[in-house]
Amino acid sequence: MSVADQPKFVGQPMRRKEDPRLLTGRARYVDDITPQGTLWCTFVRSSEAHARIVSIDTSLAEQRDDVMAVFTGEDMEALGILDALPMAWVPPGVEVRNAPHWPLASGEVNFVGDPVAVVIGEGRYAMQDAAEEVFVEYEPLPAVTDIERALQDGSAIVHEEFGTNEVHQWSLGGGEDLEATLAASDVVVERRVVNHRISGAPIEPRGVVAEPRGTGLTLTSSTQVPHFVRLFLALLLGESEEKVRVIAPEVGGGFGAKLQVCGEEILLAACARKLTRPLKWIETRSEHMMVTHHGRDQIAYVRMGAKRDGTLTAIHSRIVADMGAYLMLLTPTIPALGAFVMSGCYKFAAVQTDITGVYTNKCPTDAIRGAGRPEATHMIEVCMDQLADELGMDRLELRRKNFFTEFPAETALGIVYDSGNYHGTLDKLLEHFDQAAFEQEKQDAAGRGRLRGVGFSTYTEICGLAPSRVTGPQGFGLQTGLWESAMVRVHFTGAVTAYTGASPHGQGQETTFAQVIADRLGVDPANVEIMHGDTASGPHGLGTYGSRTTAVGGEAIVRATNKVADKAKQIVANLLEAAPEDIEVAGGKFSVKGSPEKGMTLAEVAGAAFIPDENWPEGMEPGLEETAFFDPSNFVFPFGAHACVVEVDPETGDVDVIRYVAVDDCGPAINPKLIDGQVHGGIAHSLGQALYERIHYDEEGQLITGTFVDYCLPSAADLPSYETDRTETPSPVNELGVKGIGEAGTIAATAAVTNAVIDALRPAGVTYMDMPLTPNRIWEALRGTHTETGGGSSGEARRDGDRRETQ
Amino acid sequence: MIPAEFDYLAPDSLEEALEALATGGEDARALAGGHSLLPLMKLRLAAPTLLVDLRRVPGLGGVARENGTVRIGAMSTHHEVSAAGLGLASTAAGTIADQQVRNCGTLGGTLAHGDPASDMPAVLMALEGTITAMAPGGASREIAATEFFKDYLETALAQHELITEIRFPATEGWGYGYEKFNRRQEDWALVAVSALVRQEGGVCSDVRIGLTHMANTPLRATAVEDALRGQPLSPENIAAAARHAADGTSPPADLNASQEYKRHLATVLTQRALTQASR
Repeated sequence: MSVADQPKFVGQPMRRKEDPRLLTGRARYVDDITPQGTLWCTFVRSSEAHARIVSIDTSLAEQRDDVMAVFTGEDMEALGILDALPMAWVPPGVEVRNAPHWPLASGEVNFVGDPVAVVIGEGRYAMQDAAEEVFVEYEPLPAVTDIERALQDGSAIVHEEFGTNEVHQWSLGGGEDLEATLAASDVVVERRVVNHRISGAPIEPRGVVAEPRGTGLTLTSSTQVPHFVRLFLALLLGESEEKVRVIAPEVGGGFGAKLQVCGEEILLAACARKLTRPLKWIETRSEHMMVTHHGRDQIAYVRMGAKRDGTLTAIHSRIVADMGAYLMLLTPTIPALGAFVMSGCYKFAAVQTDITGVYTNKCPTDAIRGAGRPEATHMIEVCMDQLADELGMDRLELRRKNFFTEFPAETALGIVYDSGNYHGTLDKLLEHFDQAAFEQEKQDAAGRGRLRGVGFSTYTEICGLAPSRVTGPQGFGLQTGLWESAMVRVHFTGAVTAYTGASPHGQGQETTFAQVIADRLGVDPANVEIMHGDTASGPHGLGTYGSRTTAVGGEAIVRATNKVADKAKQIVANLLEAAPEDIEVAGGKFSVKGSPEKGMTLAEVAGAAFIPDENWPEGMEPGLEETAFFDPSNFVFPFGAHACVVEVDPETGDVDVIRYVAVDDCGPAINPKLIDGQVHGGIAHSLGQALYERIHYDEEGQLITGTFVDYCLPSAADLPSYETDRTETPSPVNELGVKGIGEAGTIAATAAVTNAVIDALRPAGVTYMDMPLTPNRIWEALRGTHTETGGGSSGEARRDGDRRETQ
Repeated sequence: MIPAEFDYLAPDSLEEALEALATGGEDARALAGGHSLLPLMKLRLAAPTLLVDLRRVPGLGGVARENGTVRIGAMSTHHEVSAAGLGLASTAAGTIADQQVRNCGTLGGTLAHGDPASDMPAVLMALEGTITAMAPGGASREIAATEFFKDYLETALAQHELITEIRFPATEGWGYGYEKFNRRQEDWALVAVSALVRQEGGVCSDVRIGLTHMANTPLRATAVEDALRGQPLSPENIAAAARHAADGTSPPADLNASQEYKRHLATVLTQRALTQASR
């Protein structure tokens, strides 16, 4: 590496280059794009959770002057859709029962919102009316919404052809013999941990514009993965890949909900091709809540063992995971992602995860921020508190006693944590959180009739997806590589345009990547533009998810930039008659070491590269542009320590979050301000899940929480101010030493909040509670009753003596 | 989130507005601030064929005090009510949803909508206010708040009648308390309690309690009132009276609150509201 002087821009809390356009309404989202002649698409969606389609009468809609076409599930062949929607996981040796899932259902609908027809014509409002003139006759079939009931004999079966609702079984384990290790433990805590269903709920719902052009097709979509979408458009529509262009314009949040290849994308493209007209569909919020994949929804039976002195022995979690009605792109892989970090920060001798995927008549699940790791961290960290309580040991002492301290650290699973400093983040957390002062505050609160508690979460997670040989077909079984690409192009004037194959949509890499490039080329980040989200420019890429964009895509940027810098050095060395290895980037110039007055700016180097003269090195290509691909050797494992202080009103069950303190380590900061932003948003997501949000279906499979009135997404007024700090432990996996931070807050926080509420309620006899920690449920836990009913998994509460109070 | 087709008129006078409603058929609806009706239309839970927008109609705004009576024009926004220094009514109006909603939503609109989860209906019942309604042709009548709310989203307002103003006796000499419990700041109340207390020498000489979202209509907690009236305003007496808050109620349960929990909340919030009102 060749940054000779101190980095000038990396490490600075620069403001985001993205923000002026976003904050002044000059950004361009899918809904801002309406090509000449665009027709609107509206979907007719199932009102039934499970039913046979007896008939679909489209005649009234088709008679309307403003309707151009109506298509149903019977038209897939006529539309040239060659195959069902993709599911990208083929785990070696594991049978995954994958029900065919087409853009429009035919024969049978399997959840409320399952699309059965699309109405295409003039005007969005008119097409909404027209869709109401499509009459679908359903013959209702029994529906199942509860994953545990779905596995019992006599349950309604979602996909009759399988004769079971079980999708798959998948296990990951390692270390010593599980049962023997548990049997030899002095204490084994067993808990049923419910992690309920949530929505990603980005501000901008999904949206698609499909535009036939010449012999090809352009699809503009609010997506996190434009290259995946292009690949599957080509495959499913029988188009040659180069004729398909996918653009992700400004994307108003994804949170995993747009890590998908959607039926709407495929269908609009096929219909646009058929009708030779541009087509547009903008998802409504109601549609988003109903049909855009949900996240979480699993029940874990956790056993965690320890010796009397607090030495951890084994952790086993048997997870039943709700897949919903169909398998989307990554649906069955999501709980498995958590299995890789089931050891947490701790030296367990045996670690085992057994996952059973289950079909239900509900919206499919898939990746939502954290994707499997929030569930894993929640069960580990909540059970650590339960175990400490059982052992009569301080919660933090139990954690410290079992932390990995030597890195790289190999867990019982054989997973190697790249770097870490778990005591360091916890020490720093306790600099911000004074435990003695808290005890006094707790007394004061008690005097006011309030129950104050603190909860901790010391987490690590796995991200930076991913080393392809580990995650690919012969490894974990994903049918893709997960490397990333970058192309760095220096213009005549020394300005720089760089292309990343990732697809940032709020994470701020237009700023952070510019900082990285600017230091390496001696230019101002203001003159470095980062391009992304258009398959027609730059090399192939894999998209933005799994906290991978900086750890993998950023390293590709570094490598492409280093190639440019190396070439620049050769050019400079040749012109200044020095050795290339004696050229360094210092003070905004490529200059000769020890002779800072002898140097060239990037603009001067570019000038030489654009107009090669007689001094140009023999055999060197003109121009100044390089491409790099990076496939990491390992994942990265960010970590940290979070503390949450709550106060519960025992009369109403209301929870106030008094403080939230987070110390995270994602390696050396490129931009501390953006890290704070990611941590804030991540924690907000989990405070939402822990205290407010829940996707709820009734027993018949009707969605109850179909709007933001019922789905309690918190607003800024409901959330605390966050206190954040960092330690910086470099990862050896990439040159920047960085780890992902987009999901870390979400992964850490539900456990901290839950542990805080349980800590507050402990004096009143409540020893365990599942999320969501709503006032009604807390009040019932305090009274020792539980009246919750409804479809889907219900949480539980425990009181002293493990007297279980379930519904 | 796409409403069905409808016609729209924005008349310049009350007469024209009433005329438009009268001739607009049974699916003609008045539009005030739009913060109850428009969301229902977007979800296609309501599909009026004609909206008569009252925004240009003169004489429907303003807050005035005259001869011990407070008069609020029907088109006064929640923000205007909250800023008018009216004690209980202002405090309650200031808790409605968020500032953007308070800048648009109107007192007349929320009363006409008749949602038992809304703040102002029960507040007006506690204030013993009246609602003035005008029919096409200009005939006006005054309806007591206690007689106005008939059922869930049903009021005594006749077809095509418009609320023109709201009146209630000024509350000088009364202490008040407003306690609202919801999950998020901008949510409708799971339960809310408005309390007005008049005291003489530490004894409760009169008391009125309004209950929000404890039935399909707003309610008065008369059992609490009867238990407290004439009693010293001690914490014990307040607590004992508050235990009657849910007497005879059958509150609608939802995802966020079981019936039992709401009945419990009513007693807790009544005790707190009475304590505030007795300071």
